[in-house]
Amino acid sequence: MVYGTALSSRLMLGTAQYPSPAVLAEAISAAGAEVITVSLRREGPGGGAFRELVRASGCRILPNTAGCHSVKEAVTTAHMARELFGTNWIKLEVIGHADTLQPDVFGLVEAARILAADGFAVFPYTTEDLIVGERLLAAGCEVLMPWGAPIGSGQGLRNREGLRAMRAAFPGVPLVIDAGLGAPSQAAEAMEMGYDAVLLNTAVAKAADPVRMARAFALAVEAGRAAHLAGLMPKRDMAQPSTPVFGMAELA
Amino acid sequence: MRLELNGEPVEVRATTLAELVEEQGYQPRAVATALNGVYVPLHCRAATALRDGAKIEVLSPMQGG
Repeated sequence: MVYGTALSSRLMLGTAQYPSPAVLAEAISAAGAEVITVSLRREGPGGGAFRELVRASGCRILPNTAGCHSVKEAVTTAHMARELFGTNWIKLEVIGHADTLQPDVFGLVEAARILAADGFAVFPYTTEDLIVGERLLAAGCEVLMPWGAPIGSGQGLRNREGLRAMRAAFPGVPLVIDAGLGAPSQAAEAMEMGYDAVLLNTAVAKAADPVRMARAFALAVEAGRAAHLAGLMPKRDMAQPSTPVFGMAELA
Repeated sequence: MRLELNGEPVEVRATTLAELVEEQGYQPRAVATALNGVYVPLHCRAATALRDGAKIEVLSPMQGG
């Protein structure tokens, strides 16, 4: 449940870098995605076809402010997106550094405050920093989207303990791992930790077979979620026989 | 009048943003517009006058992650 909307799929998908629009459409369907994220760019050829594809997918649109490096750019882009897509949902990215695509969390909190006050449902792309998380919630965010690793890097959960601490620090808040996942096992791990959903793009789009990979992620997210609900066994340092010793025959 | 439209110099007859969108062949409801870095809502385009040298951005949905 995010911003009063119940979602049944816990896998959100980006729409960039697919080999073709047809593969993108198939991947969305194979992922069972209910939410897809899209960008705003200068109108060019092919814009109409993409609009139609997005509409035909039947998905809820989460427009993003990808590539924005300042509060002003991000806020302006959010307003343009709201008009264009007819939704107040916005995946807020304020990028601090071109190489790491690490969020500028100072700009992020400021932009989140402006947009939330203006009626936007803000989905902030953030880090696992707990104080930044608190500030984003205080700014009006009802969901937090920490990175797993830098965007497009496929490194998975680079700071497991930090992400675990974040999950524990914000028990009632929907948390989504956004960015950095490369393999379904990493998505499963995030879900096992108790994250509510994952958002990914490159791992599917750049797979040799994106449609099959979309399906693989869907299965992993489902498995990870089920495992979280089932409750994982505690880890031990030493072995412990699973077969009882009682009743063992004397054969030596 | 000479403008910068999506980063390219253009010579136009339009005097308002709404006319420019029309003149350039965009579908008015399929694009979002900004003038000199400031968002201009659809319903304000007709009342938004253009001046020589203005920078206009016309954006539409694009693949993104």
